[in-house]
Amino acid sequence: MSTATLTETPAALPPATRPAGLTGALRSEWTKLRTVRSTGFSLLAVAVIALGLMSLIAWATMNRWPHLDPSERLDLAGHPLEVILVRPVFVSQLVVAVLGVMVISAEYTTGMIRSTLQAQPRRLTVLTAKIAVFAALMLVVGELLSFAAFFVGRPIIASHIPVALGDPGVVRAVLGAGLYLALLGLFALAFGAILRHTAGAITAVLGIVLVLSNLTGLLPDSWGRHINAWMPTNAGQLIMQPRPAAGDLLSAWQGLAVFAGWTALLLIIASVLFARRDA
Amino acid sequence: MIEAQNLTKRYGERTAVDGLSFTIRPGIVTGFLGPNGAGKSTTMRMIVGLDTPSAGRVTIDGKPFVAMANPMREVGALLDAKAIHGGRSAYHHLLCLAQTNDIPRRRVDEVLEQVGLTEVARKRAKGFSLGMGQRLGIAGALLGDPKILMFDEPVNGLDPEGILWIRNLMRSLAAQGRTVFVSSHLMSEIENTADHLIVIGRGRIIADCTVREFIEQNSQLVVRVRTPQAAELAGVLAQHGGKSVPDDSGDGLLITELTLDRVGDLAYDSGIRLHELSALQASLEQAFMELTKDSVEYHAAVPAMTREG
Repeated sequence: MSTATLTETPAALPPATRPAGLTGALRSEWTKLRTVRSTGFSLLAVAVIALGLMSLIAWATMNRWPHLDPSERLDLAGHPLEVILVRPVFVSQLVVAVLGVMVISAEYTTGMIRSTLQAQPRRLTVLTAKIAVFAALMLVVGELLSFAAFFVGRPIIASHIPVALGDPGVVRAVLGAGLYLALLGLFALAFGAILRHTAGAITAVLGIVLVLSNLTGLLPDSWGRHINAWMPTNAGQLIMQPRPAAGDLLSAWQGLAVFAGWTALLLIIASVLFARRDA
Repeated sequence: MIEAQNLTKRYGERTAVDGLSFTIRPGIVTGFLGPNGAGKSTTMRMIVGLDTPSAGRVTIDGKPFVAMANPMREVGALLDAKAIHGGRSAYHHLLCLAQTNDIPRRRVDEVLEQVGLTEVARKRAKGFSLGMGQRLGIAGALLGDPKILMFDEPVNGLDPEGILWIRNLMRSLAAQGRTVFVSSHLMSEIENTADHLIVIGRGRIIADCTVREFIEQNSQLVVRVRTPQAAELAGVLAQHGGKSVPDDSGDGLLITELTLDRVGDLAYDSGIRLHELSALQASLEQAFMELTKDSVEYHAAVPAMTREG
Protein backbone atom coordinates (compact mmCIF):
# COMPACT_ATOMS: atom_id res chain seq x y z
CA MET A 1 0.00 0.00 0.00
CA SER A 2 2.94 2.27 0.43
CA THR A 3 5.49 2.52 -2.34
CA ALA A 4 2.81 2.76 -4.98
CA THR A 5 1.06 5.63 -3.27
CA LEU A 6 4.19 7.75 -3.39
CA THR A 7 3.49 8.75 -6.97
CA GLU A 8 0.12 10.17 -5.97
CA THR A 9 1.48 13.41 -4.60
CA PRO A 10 -1.52 15.64 -3.96
CA ALA A 11 -1.99 18.87 -5.84
CA ALA A 12 -0.48 21.96 -4.27
CA LEU A 13 -2.57 23.50 -1.54
CA PRO A 14 -4.40 26.70 -2.45
CA PRO A 15 -2.85 29.67 -0.64
CA ALA A 16 -4.20 30.72 2.74
CA THR A 17 -6.69 33.55 2.77
CA ARG A 18 -5.86 34.69 6.29
CA PRO A 19 -3.35 34.01 9.03
CA ALA A 20 -4.06 31.16 11.42
CA GLY A 21 -5.97 32.79 14.25
CA LEU A 22 -8.78 32.46 16.73
CA THR A 23 -11.46 31.44 14.19
CA GLY A 24 -9.49 28.40 13.08
CA ALA A 25 -8.56 27.58 16.67
CA LEU A 26 -12.22 27.70 17.73
CA ARG A 27 -13.28 25.36 14.92
CA SER A 28 -10.41 23.04 15.77
CA GLU A 29 -11.25 22.92 19.46
CA TRP A 30 -14.90 22.19 18.71
CA THR A 31 -13.83 19.34 16.43
CA LYS A 32 -11.60 18.02 19.20
CA LEU A 33 -14.40 18.08 21.76
CA ARG A 34 -17.00 16.42 19.58
CA THR A 35 -14.75 13.72 18.10
CA VAL A 36 -13.77 11.92 21.28
CA ARG A 37 -16.38 9.54 22.61
CA SER A 38 -15.80 10.52 26.22
CA THR A 39 -17.48 13.91 25.75
CA GLY A 40 -20.78 12.51 24.54
CA PHE A 41 -20.75 9.56 26.93
CA SER A 42 -19.98 11.74 29.93
CA LEU A 43 -22.73 14.22 29.12
CA LEU A 44 -25.25 11.47 28.53
CA ALA A 45 -24.21 9.80 31.77
CA VAL A 46 -24.49 13.01 33.76
CA ALA A 47 -27.97 13.69 32.37
CA VAL A 48 -29.21 10.19 33.14
CA ILE A 49 -27.65 10.00 36.59
CA ALA A 50 -28.51 13.52 37.72
CA LEU A 51 -32.11 13.49 36.46
CA GLY A 52 -32.72 9.84 37.31
CA LEU A 53 -31.35 10.07 40.82
CA MET A 54 -33.18 13.33 41.43
CA SER A 55 -36.50 11.84 40.26
CA LEU A 56 -36.03 8.81 42.46
CA ILE A 57 -35.18 10.85 45.55
CA ALA A 58 -38.01 13.30 44.89
CA TRP A 59 -40.48 10.46 44.46
CA ALA A 60 -39.25 8.67 47.59
CA THR A 61 -39.46 11.87 49.62
CA MET A 62 -43.05 12.38 48.53
CA ASN A 63 -43.89 8.79 49.48
CA ARG A 64 -42.35 9.23 52.89
CA TRP A 65 -43.95 12.64 53.37
CA PRO A 66 -46.64 11.43 55.86
CA HIS A 67 -43.93 9.87 58.03
CA LEU A 68 -41.57 12.87 58.05
CA ASP A 69 -41.06 15.05 61.11
CA PRO A 70 -42.86 18.36 60.91
CA SER A 71 -39.45 20.08 61.11
CA GLU A 72 -38.21 18.10 58.12
CA ARG A 73 -41.33 18.99 56.17
CA LEU A 74 -40.83 22.63 57.03
CA ASP A 75 -37.22 22.47 55.96
CA LEU A 76 -38.04 20.87 52.62
CA ALA A 77 -40.92 23.23 51.93
CA GLY A 78 -38.67 26.15 52.83
CA HIS A 79 -36.05 25.06 50.29
CA PRO A 80 -38.16 23.90 47.38
CA LEU A 81 -35.22 23.68 44.98
CA GLU A 82 -33.02 21.58 47.28
CA VAL A 83 -34.23 18.23 45.97
CA ILE A 84 -34.97 19.09 42.36
CA LEU A 85 -32.10 21.48 41.53
CA VAL A 86 -29.28 21.63 44.06
CA ARG A 87 -28.80 17.87 44.43
CA PRO A 88 -28.71 17.07 40.71
CA VAL A 89 -26.25 19.94 40.24
CA PHE A 90 -24.09 18.48 43.01
CA VAL A 91 -24.03 15.13 41.27
CA SER A 92 -23.25 16.79 37.93
CA GLN A 93 -20.30 18.63 39.42
CA LEU A 94 -18.20 15.49 39.30
CA VAL A 95 -18.58 14.97 35.57
CA VAL A 96 -18.28 18.65 34.71
CA ALA A 97 -15.05 18.88 36.71
CA VAL A 98 -13.60 15.80 35.02
CA LEU A 99 -14.51 17.09 31.55
CA GLY A 100 -13.03 20.50 32.30
CA VAL A 101 -9.75 19.02 33.49
CA MET A 102 -9.57 16.70 30.51
CA VAL A 103 -9.94 19.50 27.95
CA ILE A 104 -6.30 20.32 28.65
CA SER A 105 -4.83 17.40 30.57
CA ALA A 106 -5.79 14.88 27.89
CA GLU A 107 -3.65 16.86 25.43
CA TYR A 108 -0.67 16.38 27.71
CA THR A 109 -1.25 12.76 28.65
CA THR A 110 -1.75 11.74 25.02
CA GLY A 111 0.97 14.00 23.59
CA MET A 112 -1.58 15.72 21.34
CA ILE A 113 -0.43 19.06 22.75
CA ARG A 114 2.71 18.86 20.60
CA SER A 115 0.63 18.52 17.44
CA THR A 116 -1.68 21.29 18.63
CA LEU A 117 1.13 23.74 19.32
CA GLN A 118 2.90 22.97 16.07
CA ALA A 119 -0.28 23.82 14.19
CA GLN A 120 -0.83 26.98 16.23
CA PRO A 121 2.26 28.08 18.18
CA ARG A 122 0.53 31.22 19.46
CA ARG A 123 -0.36 29.64 22.74
CA LEU A 124 -2.80 32.17 24.11
CA THR A 125 -4.84 31.73 20.92
CA VAL A 126 -4.99 28.00 21.63
CA LEU A 127 -5.94 28.44 25.28
CA THR A 128 -8.50 31.16 24.53
CA ALA A 129 -10.17 28.89 21.97
CA LYS A 130 -10.23 25.99 24.42
CA ILE A 131 -11.78 28.14 27.13
CA ALA A 132 -14.34 29.69 24.79
CA VAL A 133 -15.48 26.42 23.21
CA PHE A 134 -15.71 24.58 26.50
CA ALA A 135 -17.45 27.49 28.22
CA ALA A 136 -20.04 27.63 25.44
CA LEU A 137 -20.64 23.89 25.60
CA MET A 138 -20.89 23.86 29.39
CA LEU A 139 -23.22 26.83 29.40
CA VAL A 140 -25.63 25.06 27.06
CA VAL A 141 -25.28 21.77 28.93
CA GLY A 142 -25.58 23.47 32.33
CA GLU A 143 -28.74 25.38 31.41
CA LEU A 144 -30.33 22.37 29.73
CA LEU A 145 -29.56 20.27 32.74
CA SER A 146 -30.81 22.70 35.34
CA PHE A 147 -34.02 23.54 33.48
CA ALA A 148 -34.58 19.85 32.75
CA ALA A 149 -34.08 19.05 36.42
CA PHE A 150 -36.54 21.75 37.42
CA PHE A 151 -39.24 20.73 34.95
CA VAL A 152 -38.87 17.01 35.55
CA GLY A 153 -38.74 17.41 39.33
CA ARG A 154 -41.44 20.05 39.80
CA PRO A 155 -44.46 17.80 39.02
CA ILE A 156 -43.05 15.03 41.22
CA ILE A 157 -42.90 17.23 44.32
CA ALA A 158 -45.88 19.44 43.42
CA SER A 159 -48.25 17.69 45.83
CA HIS A 160 -46.34 18.76 48.95
CA ILE A 161 -43.73 21.29 47.82
CA PRO A 162 -45.32 23.45 45.17
CA VAL A 163 -42.85 25.62 43.32
CA ALA A 164 -43.14 27.62 40.09
CA LEU A 165 -40.72 29.48 37.88
CA GLY A 166 -42.62 32.63 38.71
CA ASP A 167 -41.91 32.36 42.46
CA PRO A 168 -39.44 34.93 43.79
CA GLY A 169 -35.83 34.08 42.89
CA VAL A 170 -36.64 30.76 41.23
CA VAL A 171 -35.82 31.71 37.62
CA ARG A 172 -32.59 33.27 38.83
CA ALA A 173 -31.74 30.12 40.78
CA VAL A 174 -32.40 27.77 37.86
CA LEU A 175 -30.58 29.98 35.36
CA GLY A 176 -27.82 30.49 37.91
CA ALA A 177 -27.40 26.74 38.37
CA GLY A 178 -26.44 26.47 34.69
CA LEU A 179 -24.01 29.37 35.07
CA TYR A 180 -22.55 27.71 38.15
CA LEU A 181 -21.88 24.47 36.26
CA ALA A 182 -20.28 26.36 33.35
CA LEU A 183 -18.02 28.25 35.77
CA LEU A 184 -17.11 25.04 37.55
CA GLY A 185 -16.08 23.59 34.17
CA LEU A 186 -13.71 26.51 33.62
CA PHE A 187 -12.47 26.30 37.21
CA ALA A 188 -11.54 22.66 36.50
CA LEU A 189 -10.07 23.52 33.10
CA ALA A 190 -7.72 25.99 34.79
CA PHE A 191 -6.53 23.25 37.15
CA GLY A 192 -6.01 20.94 34.18
CA ALA A 193 -3.85 23.57 32.50
CA ILE A 194 -1.86 24.34 35.64
CA LEU A 195 -1.23 20.74 36.74
CA ARG A 196 -1.25 19.12 33.23
CA HIS A 197 -2.00 15.81 34.86
CA THR A 198 -5.49 14.30 34.77
CA ALA A 199 -5.58 12.47 38.07
CA GLY A 200 -3.81 15.24 39.95
CA ALA A 201 -6.06 17.98 38.62
CA ILE A 202 -9.27 16.04 39.25
CA THR A 203 -8.14 15.31 42.78
CA ALA A 204 -7.36 18.98 43.34
CA VAL A 205 -10.71 20.22 42.01
CA LEU A 206 -12.83 17.65 43.83
CA GLY A 207 -10.72 18.12 46.93
CA ILE A 208 -11.59 21.80 46.94
CA VAL A 209 -15.25 21.36 45.95
CA LEU A 210 -16.15 18.39 48.13
CA VAL A 211 -13.69 18.40 51.02
CA LEU A 212 -11.95 21.71 51.63
CA SER A 213 -15.12 23.77 51.14
CA ASN A 214 -16.80 21.79 53.91
CA LEU A 215 -13.81 21.80 56.25
CA THR A 216 -13.60 25.59 56.21
CA GLY A 217 -17.08 25.57 57.76
CA LEU A 218 -15.45 24.23 60.94
CA LEU A 219 -13.13 27.21 61.29
CA PRO A 220 -13.95 29.24 64.39
CA ASP A 221 -14.92 32.87 64.78
CA SER A 222 -15.76 35.54 62.30
CA TRP A 223 -12.68 35.09 60.10
CA GLY A 224 -13.53 31.42 59.77
CA ARG A 225 -17.02 32.31 58.62
CA HIS A 226 -15.61 34.73 56.08
CA ILE A 227 -13.12 32.22 54.68
CA ASN A 228 -15.86 29.64 54.39
CA ALA A 229 -18.19 32.07 52.63
CA TRP A 230 -15.53 33.10 50.15
CA MET A 231 -14.47 29.59 49.20
CA PRO A 232 -15.04 29.30 45.43
CA THR A 233 -17.90 26.82 45.28
CA ASN A 234 -19.47 27.82 48.61
CA ALA A 235 -19.87 31.31 47.20
CA GLY A 236 -20.94 30.08 43.77
CA GLN A 237 -23.66 27.80 45.11
CA LEU A 238 -25.52 30.73 46.69
CA ILE A 239 -26.99 31.44 43.25
CA MET A 240 -29.06 28.27 43.54
CA GLN A 241 -31.08 29.36 46.58
CA PRO A 242 -34.13 31.45 45.71
CA ARG A 243 -34.06 33.43 48.94
CA PRO A 244 -31.04 34.41 51.03
CA ALA A 245 -30.59 32.33 54.15
CA ALA A 246 -30.05 33.83 57.59
CA GLY A 247 -26.39 34.62 58.16
CA ASP A 248 -25.32 34.63 54.51
CA LEU A 249 -22.38 36.98 54.05
CA LEU A 250 -22.86 37.29 50.31
CA SER A 251 -25.89 37.77 48.09
CA ALA A 252 -26.62 35.28 45.31
CA TRP A 253 -24.99 37.33 42.57
CA GLN A 254 -22.11 38.42 44.80
CA GLY A 255 -21.47 34.76 45.48
CA LEU A 256 -21.41 33.90 41.79
CA ALA A 257 -19.11 36.87 41.20
CA VAL A 258 -16.71 35.57 43.86
CA PHE A 259 -16.65 32.15 42.17
CA ALA A 260 -16.12 33.85 38.81
CA GLY A 261 -13.28 35.84 40.33
CA TRP A 262 -11.55 32.71 41.60
CA THR A 263 -12.00 31.11 38.20
CA ALA A 264 -10.63 34.16 36.39
CA LEU A 265 -7.61 34.25 38.69
CA LEU A 266 -6.87 30.58 38.07
CA LEU A 267 -7.32 31.02 34.31
CA ILE A 268 -4.84 33.90 34.34
CA ILE A 269 -2.29 31.76 36.20
CA ALA A 270 -2.99 28.94 33.73
CA SER A 271 -2.47 31.30 30.77
CA VAL A 272 0.84 32.57 32.06
CA LEU A 273 2.08 29.03 32.64
CA PHE A 274 0.67 27.74 29.35
CA ALA A 275 2.43 30.51 27.43
CA ARG A 276 5.76 29.98 29.15
CA ARG A 277 6.25 26.32 29.79
CA ASP A 278 7.88 23.88 27.41
CA ALA A 279 5.25 21.64 25.92
CA MET B 1 15.85 27.56 5.35
CA ILE B 2 16.33 26.95 9.06
CA GLU B 3 18.99 29.00 10.79
CA ALA B 4 20.19 28.41 14.32
CA GLN B 5 22.50 30.79 16.12
CA ASN B 6 24.15 29.71 19.32
CA LEU B 7 21.06 27.67 20.13
CA THR B 8 21.26 26.45 23.72
CA LYS B 9 18.95 24.53 26.03
CA ARG B 10 19.73 23.88 29.65
CA TYR B 11 17.71 21.78 32.04
CA GLY B 12 18.99 22.82 35.42
CA GLU B 13 22.62 21.77 35.56
CA ARG B 14 22.49 19.70 32.40
CA THR B 15 23.09 21.35 29.04
CA ALA B 16 21.15 19.38 26.44
CA VAL B 17 21.96 21.64 23.50
CA ASP B 18 25.13 23.66 23.71
CA GLY B 19 25.51 26.63 21.40
CA LEU B 20 24.47 25.08 18.08
CA SER B 21 24.81 27.23 14.98
CA PHE B 22 23.82 25.80 11.62
CA THR B 23 21.89 26.47 8.45
CA ILE B 24 19.63 23.95 6.81
CA ARG B 25 19.15 24.66 3.14
CA PRO B 26 16.25 23.86 0.83
CA GLY B 27 16.34 21.31 -1.95
CA ILE B 28 18.39 18.71 -0.11
CA VAL B 29 17.94 16.19 2.65
CA THR B 30 19.95 17.18 5.70
CA GLY B 31 20.65 14.37 8.12
CA PHE B 32 20.85 15.21 11.82
CA LEU B 33 22.95 12.59 13.43
CA GLY B 34 24.04 11.86 16.93
CA PRO B 35 23.96 9.20 19.60
CA ASN B 36 20.84 8.93 21.76
CA GLY B 37 20.67 11.86 24.13
CA ALA B 38 22.85 14.08 21.98
CA GLY B 39 20.20 16.81 21.83
CA LYS B 40 18.59 16.13 18.43
CA SER B 41 14.98 16.06 19.58
CA THR B 42 15.43 19.06 21.84
CA THR B 43 16.89 21.02 18.92
CA MET B 44 13.94 20.10 16.72
CA ARG B 45 11.47 20.99 19.45
CA MET B 46 13.07 24.42 19.76
CA ILE B 47 12.78 24.95 15.99
CA VAL B 48 8.99 24.65 16.21
CA GLY B 49 8.71 26.53 19.49
CA LEU B 50 7.67 23.64 21.72
CA ASP B 51 10.69 24.36 23.91
CA THR B 52 12.08 27.81 24.54
CA PRO B 53 15.85 28.14 24.07
CA SER B 54 17.86 29.07 27.17
CA ALA B 55 20.07 31.15 24.87
CA GLY B 56 20.48 31.83 21.19
CA ARG B 57 17.76 31.69 18.59
CA VAL B 58 16.44 29.71 15.68
CA THR B 59 14.54 31.18 12.75
CA ILE B 60 12.70 29.89 9.73
CA ASP B 61 13.25 32.04 6.65
CA GLY B 62 14.38 34.77 9.02
CA LYS B 63 11.40 34.63 11.36
CA PRO B 64 10.74 32.73 14.58
CA PHE B 65 8.24 29.89 14.15
CA VAL B 66 5.68 31.60 16.40
CA ALA B 67 5.51 34.54 13.98
CA MET B 68 4.50 32.41 10.98
CA ALA B 69 1.12 33.50 9.59
CA ASN B 70 0.18 29.88 8.84
CA PRO B 71 2.70 27.68 10.65
CA MET B 72 1.53 24.38 9.16
CA ARG B 73 2.06 25.73 5.67
CA GLU B 74 5.65 26.67 6.52
CA VAL B 75 6.90 23.78 8.62
CA GLY B 76 5.56 20.26 8.91
CA ALA B 77 7.17 18.15 11.57
CA LEU B 78 6.93 14.59 12.76
CA LEU B 79 8.57 14.88 16.13
CA ASP B 80 6.83 12.11 17.90
CA ALA B 81 4.43 9.49 16.55
CA LYS B 82 2.67 9.60 19.90
CA ALA B 83 1.49 13.20 19.52
CA ILE B 84 -2.02 11.91 18.86
CA HIS B 85 -5.15 11.50 20.98
CA GLY B 86 -5.87 7.80 20.66
CA GLY B 87 -9.59 8.30 21.10
CA ARG B 88 -9.87 10.26 17.89
CA SER B 89 -9.94 8.79 14.39
CA ALA B 90 -7.09 9.46 11.98
CA TYR B 91 -9.43 11.63 9.92
CA HIS B 92 -10.58 13.74 12.84
CA HIS B 93 -7.06 14.07 14.19
CA LEU B 94 -5.97 15.60 10.90
CA LEU B 95 -9.17 17.61 10.55
CA CYS B 96 -8.74 19.42 13.85
CA LEU B 97 -5.17 20.31 12.88
CA ALA B 98 -6.20 21.41 9.38
CA GLN B 99 -8.87 23.73 10.73
CA THR B 100 -6.34 25.79 12.67
CA ASN B 101 -4.55 26.80 9.47
CA ASP B 102 -7.57 27.14 7.20
CA ILE B 103 -6.67 24.00 5.28
CA PRO B 104 -9.64 22.53 3.36
CA ARG B 105 -11.14 19.15 4.36
CA ARG B 106 -10.32 17.71 0.94
CA ARG B 107 -6.65 18.00 1.80
CA VAL B 108 -7.14 15.68 4.81
CA ASP B 109 -8.35 12.91 2.50
CA GLU B 110 -5.48 13.59 0.11
CA VAL B 111 -2.73 13.22 2.70
CA LEU B 112 -4.40 10.12 4.16
CA GLU B 113 -4.29 8.66 0.65
CA GLN B 114 -0.67 9.74 0.25
CA VAL B 115 0.49 7.93 3.38
CA GLY B 116 -1.71 4.91 2.71
CA LEU B 117 -4.11 5.26 5.64
CA THR B 118 -7.35 5.80 3.70
CA GLU B 119 -8.78 2.44 4.70
CA VAL B 120 -8.33 3.08 8.42
CA ALA B 121 -9.11 6.80 8.31
CA ARG B 122 -12.26 6.40 10.39
CA LYS B 123 -10.70 4.04 12.93
CA ARG B 124 -9.56 5.36 16.28
CA ALA B 125 -5.81 5.92 16.40
CA LYS B 126 -5.61 3.96 19.66
CA GLY B 127 -5.53 0.72 17.67
CA PHE B 128 -2.79 1.81 15.29
CA SER B 129 0.55 0.02 15.13
CA LEU B 130 3.70 2.08 15.63
CA GLY B 131 4.19 2.13 11.87
CA MET B 132 0.66 3.38 11.26
CA GLY B 133 1.17 6.00 13.95
CA GLN B 134 4.30 7.16 12.13
CA ARG B 135 2.36 7.39 8.89
CA LEU B 136 -0.36 9.41 10.58
CA GLY B 137 2.30 11.72 12.02
CA ILE B 138 3.79 12.11 8.55
CA ALA B 139 0.32 12.85 7.14
CA GLY B 140 0.06 15.63 9.74
CA ALA B 141 3.42 17.01 8.66
CA LEU B 142 2.37 17.00 4.99
CA LEU B 143 -1.06 18.51 5.68
CA GLY B 144 -0.03 22.13 5.17
CA ASP B 145 2.01 21.37 2.01
CA PRO B 146 4.94 22.97 3.87
CA LYS B 147 8.22 24.21 2.46
CA ILE B 148 10.15 22.74 5.37
CA LEU B 149 9.77 19.21 6.73
CA MET B 150 11.33 17.78 9.84
CA PHE B 151 11.29 14.15 10.84
CA ASP B 152 12.62 12.94 14.18
CA GLU B 153 13.67 9.30 13.93
CA PRO B 154 11.02 8.62 11.27
CA VAL B 155 11.84 4.99 10.55
CA ASN B 156 11.38 3.84 14.14
CA GLY B 157 8.89 1.02 14.13
CA LEU B 158 8.57 0.82 10.36
CA ASP B 159 8.91 -2.40 8.43
CA PRO B 160 11.41 -2.58 5.54
CA GLU B 161 8.74 -1.55 3.05
CA GLY B 162 7.85 1.42 5.23
CA ILE B 163 11.50 2.41 5.55
CA LEU B 164 11.90 2.37 1.78
CA TRP B 165 8.70 4.36 1.45
CA ILE B 166 9.83 7.10 3.81
CA ARG B 167 13.26 7.33 2.20
CA ASN B 168 11.65 7.82 -1.19
CA LEU B 169 9.25 10.32 0.29
CA MET B 170 12.06 12.38 1.79
CA ARG B 171 14.04 12.32 -1.43
CA SER B 172 11.03 13.36 -3.49
CA LEU B 173 10.16 16.17 -1.07
CA ALA B 174 13.71 17.50 -1.36
CA ALA B 175 13.59 17.13 -5.15
CA GLN B 176 10.52 19.38 -5.12
CA GLY B 177 12.77 22.04 -3.62
CA ARG B 178 11.67 21.62 -0.03
CA THR B 179 13.91 21.68 3.01
CA VAL B 180 14.09 18.22 4.57
CA PHE B 181 15.68 17.78 7.99
CA VAL B 182 15.76 14.24 9.36
CA SER B 183 17.31 12.93 12.55
CA SER B 184 18.66 9.53 13.37
CA HIS B 185 20.99 7.86 15.79
CA LEU B 186 22.00 5.33 13.16
CA MET B 187 24.19 6.27 10.23
CA SER B 188 22.88 3.45 8.11
CA GLU B 189 19.39 4.91 8.23
CA ILE B 190 20.30 8.17 6.56
CA GLU B 191 23.52 7.34 4.76
CA ASN B 192 21.61 6.68 1.54
CA THR B 193 19.06 9.43 1.99
CA ALA B 194 20.91 12.50 3.21
CA ASP B 195 22.97 14.83 1.07
CA HIS B 196 24.25 16.89 3.93
CA LEU B 197 25.02 15.95 7.51
CA ILE B 198 25.00 17.71 10.81
CA VAL B 199 26.52 15.49 13.46
CA ILE B 200 26.13 16.36 17.11
CA GLY B 201 27.35 14.80 20.31
CA ARG B 202 26.58 16.01 23.80
CA GLY B 203 24.69 18.97 22.42
CA ARG B 204 27.57 20.28 20.32
CA ILE B 205 28.24 20.20 16.62
CA ILE B 206 30.90 17.69 15.65
CA ALA B 207 30.58 17.99 11.90
CA ASP B 208 28.55 19.99 9.40
CA CYS B 209 29.42 18.86 5.89
CA THR B 210 28.30 16.77 2.94
CA VAL B 211 28.05 13.03 3.33
CA ARG B 212 31.05 12.55 1.00
CA GLU B 213 33.18 15.05 2.89
CA PHE B 214 32.21 13.37 6.10
CA ILE B 215 33.47 9.99 4.97
CA GLU B 216 36.64 11.40 3.50
CA GLN B 217 37.45 13.43 6.57
CA ASN B 218 36.54 10.87 9.14
CA SER B 219 37.61 7.56 7.82
CA GLN B 220 40.84 6.21 6.51
CA LEU B 221 40.81 4.76 3.04
CA VAL B 222 42.03 1.21 3.22
CA VAL B 223 43.72 -0.42 0.22
CA ARG B 224 43.53 -4.16 -0.04
CA VAL B 225 46.02 -6.20 -2.07
CA ARG B 226 46.55 -9.88 -2.62
CA THR B 227 50.04 -10.87 -3.59
CA PRO B 228 52.31 -13.93 -3.34
CA GLN B 229 55.08 -11.54 -2.22
CA ALA B 230 53.31 -10.02 0.76
CA ALA B 231 56.31 -9.62 3.01
CA GLU B 232 58.37 -8.04 0.22
CA LEU B 233 55.59 -5.56 -0.63
CA ALA B 234 55.09 -4.64 3.02
CA GLY B 235 58.78 -3.75 3.19
CA VAL B 236 58.62 -1.56 0.08
CA LEU B 237 55.50 0.22 1.27
CA ALA B 238 56.98 0.85 4.70
CA GLN B 239 59.86 2.71 3.08
CA HIS B 240 57.31 5.07 1.53
CA GLY B 241 55.32 5.67 4.68
CA GLY B 242 52.66 3.00 4.19
CA LYS B 243 51.36 0.83 6.98
CA SER B 244 50.30 -2.67 6.19
CA VAL B 245 48.81 -5.53 8.13
CA PRO B 246 48.10 -9.04 6.87
CA ASP B 247 44.42 -9.78 6.39
CA ASP B 248 42.61 -13.03 7.15
CA SER B 249 43.14 -14.65 3.75
CA GLY B 250 46.86 -15.32 4.25
CA ASP B 251 48.14 -13.72 1.06
CA GLY B 252 46.45 -10.33 1.50
CA LEU B 253 47.48 -7.01 3.00
CA LEU B 254 45.43 -4.11 4.29
CA ILE B 255 47.27 -0.87 3.64
CA THR B 256 46.69 2.57 5.06
CA GLU B 257 48.45 5.93 4.62
CA LEU B 258 48.97 5.38 0.86
CA THR B 259 46.55 5.87 -2.04
CA LEU B 260 45.43 3.05 -4.27
CA ASP B 261 47.41 4.42 -7.25
CA ARG B 262 50.55 4.83 -5.18
CA VAL B 263 50.39 1.23 -3.93
CA GLY B 264 49.98 -0.02 -7.53
CA ASP B 265 52.88 2.10 -8.79
CA LEU B 266 55.22 1.02 -5.98
CA ALA B 267 54.44 -2.64 -6.61
CA TYR B 268 55.06 -2.23 -10.33
CA ASP B 269 58.35 -0.39 -9.75
CA SER B 270 59.54 -3.15 -7.43
CA GLY B 271 58.42 -5.92 -9.77
CA ILE B 272 55.95 -7.32 -7.26
CA ARG B 273 53.09 -9.36 -8.69
CA LEU B 274 49.60 -8.27 -7.51
CA HIS B 275 46.54 -10.54 -7.76
CA GLU B 276 44.17 -7.95 -6.42
CA LEU B 277 44.24 -4.23 -5.80
CA SER B 278 41.11 -2.68 -4.36
CA ALA B 279 39.88 0.17 -2.18
CA LEU B 280 37.75 -0.60 0.84
CA GLN B 281 35.42 2.33 1.34
CA ALA B 282 34.57 2.87 4.93
CA SER B 283 30.85 3.20 5.47
CA LEU B 284 29.28 6.17 7.14
CA GLU B 285 28.49 3.99 10.12
CA GLN B 286 32.19 3.28 10.65
CA ALA B 287 33.02 6.95 10.31
CA PHE B 288 30.30 7.83 12.79
CA MET B 289 31.46 5.25 15.30
CA GLU B 290 35.00 6.49 14.88
CA LEU B 291 33.86 10.02 15.51
CA THR B 292 31.79 9.39 18.59
CA LYS B 293 33.84 6.66 20.24
CA ASP B 294 35.80 9.14 22.29
CA SER B 295 32.86 11.06 23.59
CA VAL B 296 34.94 13.06 26.04
CA GLU B 297 36.98 14.72 23.37
CA TYR B 298 34.41 15.36 20.71
CA HIS B 299 35.85 18.66 19.71
CA ALA B 300 39.51 17.89 20.17
CA ALA B 301 39.38 14.64 18.23
CA VAL B 302 37.75 15.94 15.11
CA PRO B 303 37.62 19.57 14.18
CA ALA B 304 34.20 20.61 12.98
CA MET B 305 33.91 21.34 9.30
CA THR B 306 31.65 24.29 9.56
CA ARG B 307 30.03 25.51 6.43
CA GLU B 308 29.20 29.17 6.29
CA GLY B 309 25.68 29.67 4.99
